[in-house]
Amino acid sequence: MHHSDHVHFTHHLSGEAATLALGAEIATGLHPGLIIFLSGNLGAGKTTLVRGILRGLGYKEKVKSPTYNLIEVYKISKLYLYHFDFYRFENPHEWEEAGFREYFNTDSICVVEWAEKVGGLLPTADLRFFIHIAEAGRDVEIHADTEAGRLCLKRWQAALKGSDFLNP
Amino acid sequence: MFSHPLLVLGIETSCDETGVALYDTHRGLLSHALYSQSEMHSEYGGVVPELASRDHIRRVLPLIRQILSAAGVDLADLDAIAYTQGPGLAGALLVGASISAALGFALNIPVLGIHHLEGHLLSPLLSKPAPAFPFVALLVSGGHTQLMEVNGLGLYTLLGETVDDAAGEAFDKTAKLLGLGYPGGPALSKLADEFVHSGHSKYFELPRPMLHSGDLNFSFSGLKTAVLTLMHKHEMTPDTRGAMAFAFQEAVVDVLAEKSLAALAKTGLTQLVVAGGVGANRQLRNTLCRKAEQIGATVFFPEFEFCTDNGAMIAFAGAMRMQETSDQDKRTDVFTINARWDLEMQGLCT
Repeated sequence: MHHSDHVHFTHHLSGEAATLALGAEIATGLHPGLIIFLSGNLGAGKTTLVRGILRGLGYKEKVKSPTYNLIEVYKISKLYLYHFDFYRFENPHEWEEAGFREYFNTDSICVVEWAEKVGGLLPTADLRFFIHIAEAGRDVEIHADTEAGRLCLKRWQAALKGSDFLNP
Repeated sequence: MFSHPLLVLGIETSCDETGVALYDTHRGLLSHALYSQSEMHSEYGGVVPELASRDHIRRVLPLIRQILSAAGVDLADLDAIAYTQGPGLAGALLVGASISAALGFALNIPVLGIHHLEGHLLSPLLSKPAPAFPFVALLVSGGHTQLMEVNGLGLYTLLGETVDDAAGEAFDKTAKLLGLGYPGGPALSKLADEFVHSGHSKYFELPRPMLHSGDLNFSFSGLKTAVLTLMHKHEMTPDTRGAMAFAFQEAVVDVLAEKSLAALAKTGLTQLVVAGGVGANRQLRNTLCRKAEQIGATVFFPEFEFCTDNGAMIAFAGAMRMQETSDQDKRTDVFTINARWDLEMQGLCT
């Protein structure tokens, strides 16, 4: 992680509709090869945000929780998006045993919930989202840790700046 | 129902459990075994992480030897091998697929890839009394929540399913929020049942997601958020915790029961079969039985060992498939897995 490049911003979400709208906005900046970590307590809305991203990418089908299967695979046109959930891992080495390393490649987008359960074995994330449960709604903190992540973040920041369409 | 006696070995390795079984088409289920965590603890000592227990390779051969010996039969007596072809975790599925392919090749007998959910749908037929086709199946577990119309072998129509979390997953995650550990679904149910009998004074109302959606789909993800909101508003005492557990269970059971009855009404069928681990939930059983009785329908609950992932359902489904398959289609070179696989994609559904 290059701390000099590290940038972040925080955005408030009033409810589920706002989370989905943010996901759709995020989708506009995504490209293959990006790795995104999502953090937040159970019920914070991590999978809801992923649903928003997938809707934004044009995926219309069900977006189920990947907790049980550890991974849900989405193919949108030529793009592969892998939605991981490592909640059930009790030991970082289970990540190696599960054989998921090959999914992290330049041709696909990887979105990971509960990356903290794997610790340092995972590749570095371009972007890290932290969803905090607030008084009313949620606060989303977005951190960019790579150049690619920083470009995404700038783009979203410009799109979200001064707009309140996310919080109707 | 079967003309020639056939002995089928079933192997289930789609997720965390390793299940094997021997089914004889004349004598029924001869023996079956499941590798559970408790057995693992005694064998290896100490706590084994849940997903490291997905190390099916170490377990599957000793388990097969164990059930052969328990049934008093030999590998050479087998007529076919059935394994779970998907859906599930690719690495886990490959263990069952490769063992089956190797055994099938060595013994020169057919190998059949079985859809995991077909196994679950047919598992009630292993119980007595068994339902007869057609029936509606509510498949409700940690990984699945679906309503299916089952008209016969291979004749499955999806009536509705969860659009986000499975019911069992919602139980486990809400239990975690309430401080009951993970997976704590059964602990949550216990707490809810105790609360009912405690002469409680508190009561919480939670939403009934998609109850009036007009279709047979479910959504359980929002319930854990609703519980989280309750937890932020109320001081957590044993009484409020119990009341929340009760409210949560009541909401899930209400939706499952209402949609199951709606599925019976929609299909005009009068038999409901409940498969999957959540089928062990006492309140779900009571509610379903009460409501079904009111409309003259019957509810079937397979024994708990056949509710969760198991080898018996795969052996049984394989035996049924063997009866339906022509000799020229019986292959010994099957080595396929489908990690993502909708049951309706089998091309065998109505």
